[in-house]
Amino acid sequence: MKSSDIKQFLGLNALRLCMAVVLLILFVIFYDIISKGAGKISWAFLSQPPRNGMTEGGIFPAIVGTFCVTVITAVFAIPFGVGCAIYLNEYAKDSWITRAIRMAIRNLSGVPSIVYGLFGVVLFVNMMQFGTCILSAGLTLGLMTLPWTITASEEALKSIPNAYREGSLALGATKWQAIRTNVLPYAVPGMLTGSILGLARAAGETAPILFTGAAFSLPILPSSVKDQFMALPYHLYIMSTQHQAIVKVRPIAYGTALVLIALVFFMNFGAVVLRYHLRKQKKD
Amino acid sequence: MVRKEKFIEGFFFINGMAVIIVLLGIFVLLIVNAIPAFRDISVWDFLTGKVWNPEAYGKPSFGIVSMVVSTLMVTAGSLIVAIPLGIGTAAYLTDVASPRVREIAKPVVEILAGIPSVVIGFLGIVLVGPIIAKLTHQTSGLNAINGSILLAVMALPTIISLSEDALSSVPKSYTEASWALGANKWQTLITVKIPAASSGILAACMLGMGRAIGETMTVLMACGNASAFPHSFIDPVKTMTATIAIELGEVPYNTTHYYSLFAVGLVLFIFTFFVNLVSDTFLHKYEKVNR
Amino acid sequence: MEQGRKMVEVMNFNFFYGHAQCLKNISFDIAAHQVTSIIGPSGCGKSTFLRCLNRMNDLIPSARMEGSIKIDGQDISAPGLDVVSLRKKVGMVFQKPNPFPKSIFDNVAYGLRINGTVDKHIGDKVEESLKNAVLWDEVKSRLHESALSLSGGQQQRLCVARALAIAPEIVLMDEPASALDPVATAKLEELIIRLKQKYTIIIVTHNMQQAARISDMTAFFMQGDLVEFGLTNQIFTRPKKQITEEYITGRFG
Repeated sequence: MKSSDIKQFLGLNALRLCMAVVLLILFVIFYDIISKGAGKISWAFLSQPPRNGMTEGGIFPAIVGTFCVTVITAVFAIPFGVGCAIYLNEYAKDSWITRAIRMAIRNLSGVPSIVYGLFGVVLFVNMMQFGTCILSAGLTLGLMTLPWTITASEEALKSIPNAYREGSLALGATKWQAIRTNVLPYAVPGMLTGSILGLARAAGETAPILFTGAAFSLPILPSSVKDQFMALPYHLYIMSTQHQAIVKVRPIAYGTALVLIALVFFMNFGAVVLRYHLRKQKKD
Repeated sequence: MVRKEKFIEGFFFINGMAVIIVLLGIFVLLIVNAIPAFRDISVWDFLTGKVWNPEAYGKPSFGIVSMVVSTLMVTAGSLIVAIPLGIGTAAYLTDVASPRVREIAKPVVEILAGIPSVVIGFLGIVLVGPIIAKLTHQTSGLNAINGSILLAVMALPTIISLSEDALSSVPKSYTEASWALGANKWQTLITVKIPAASSGILAACMLGMGRAIGETMTVLMACGNASAFPHSFIDPVKTMTATIAIELGEVPYNTTHYYSLFAVGLVLFIFTFFVNLVSDTFLHKYEKVNR
Repeated sequence: MEQGRKMVEVMNFNFFYGHAQCLKNISFDIAAHQVTSIIGPSGCGKSTFLRCLNRMNDLIPSARMEGSIKIDGQDISAPGLDVVSLRKKVGMVFQKPNPFPKSIFDNVAYGLRINGTVDKHIGDKVEESLKNAVLWDEVKSRLHESALSLSGGQQQRLCVARALAIAPEIVLMDEPASALDPVATAKLEELIIRLKQKYTIIIVTHNMQQAARISDMTAFFMQGDLVEFGLTNQIFTRPKKQITEEYITGRFG
């Protein structure tokens, strides 16, 4: 064997090893959480509030809280993101201002989540006087999700052939008519899919909600957007670091981690299924 | 009609501009809230002081050197693991894997990106920590090396997917030319493809680094959070992000301590801003080369 | 030589993309109810010229024009022109069939709806347009199926029907047969000849036999210049300029 062949043999196998390590990491994460968390999952765990100083009972309020806050995030981030994407892809000319917007988007996506948390405290909790609540937390997460929804929406708009726009304009449509009737309807599946992926990420975030509305433990469910809330990721953080009987509540922490992961993956999966269905519908 | 069209365009323009306003807003609010801290602390002490002890009775100290070093330490540690592993995996996906394996492996990497950081942090406590404690003969495995491992896991998906993009956009003609000269797959990868994709790969690593610097929950949960200056990777450390996360919940509003946390946030923001800027420059270079 | 009234009058028209000049001092007139072909090697500016007639080039940010193009006596190159009403008057069929991913019916109705036609009239107009485009018999039983289920030739005739539905005076066609097979091309050509009774047709083509078969007048463009314009018959049998002869006899192109 030539030395170059030996090098190739070693090299390519090193690459295979890299892939194997990545897969192993993923396997270990899932194996550990599923094997230790699955036993905790029951209807009672999912549908009951915590009891006895959070050493027993379930995580129902945290599920509700995460759901509520994600809805606020979606209501804020999706329309805002879609609007921005429409500007960038349909209206914007290649000017310094467009480049500045694009740079801002890239930078926003790199801003650490805890900095979003700080911003949320100042802007929503203090300046706007919302207090620590679902609304403040949802808006903070919404800002964090914005680069995702913009990018996803723009990708969706880019995938619409120019022929649809030109065909429509050539028939005497105004620019907005062309966008509204012949571009947006076909871009919606892509926009939704991408946005849901962003929301899934937001639903799993902890740092931005630490100070903007998440609560340690609440006796009752939130009744308005101005209430504090429990959230799954925050609950997991509490259960694994802040609880006084840390070892005793470990199974609850595992159960929470499993539910959180499942939630994120159902959202991802849902997005993919949605895309598949809407695409099929479009073809029919 | 024309007026209505102008109005609609204006609406979307404002929508686009709002993104710039959000970014500037974050920057400005961080500055505005950081400034009052420097009525009581000198900027010099803040930037060069090793001791962060804001609640000390009598003479509190606000030096960020220890936490900056902690952040850089865990970030560097994570990159030592994540960069070779990430680029190796990316190269495997573009050059070694069969199309079918690639079809399966790519979503798997994306799944890794979707795992919430708090879950990774939790595993740092219950899984990685005990192993490190055993190997290093310490009572606790919550230290810099634990944080580095977890951050590597967090940075991996970014590095893999962006490096893969960079590698797969190397023009096929380069590869073919290299093959035609008798180079084998490995030689082509090392001497032609990776150099050609280098700016894209660098950008990927920078973005991975940005993620690691700004990551909060994993380091908060797995690094032990001791504010002392770290001397080795088995020391517990408290990063900038963890400091904010722990202390902002405890301080009363509008105290020097409260404002000083915004100053830390500002430093963090500037760090990640520059990392992103550098990565952007690399990315631009690589887009130009590949046009 | 020219019959009928002048529909389009082009005078000293120049067109630029950024600093590159794509059309140089073009002047000629196009008569109503005729088929006018524009031929020339690729990159000669023929499609660009066509797209000036309904201002589709407005979509390109760096585009700039000088001189004038008058349609029905109105200068359409003015910057403040209402391009929407221009495009209702000047329909267009594109190089590749571009039906929208809607039903056959909705494709034809699209232009009517955005122009605010009352719903009860739409059905009749769709039928009329499909008949004008000689597509009605093939699709009348499946109007609500997706337009994408049609063959390429049918799709292109659907695009013609779609353009006709909003009652334009001029129909621009940008190499409409380039993506079609010979049978579908023949049908489309037949249709184009029929259409000139009601409409003025301006067609860009790289197929010289096609220009010879269907058009009354032919314009030969090269590198942004209008080299020669005249009766199709004369251009193809007794061209005045040598370069025209070289092109139509296939010595380059």
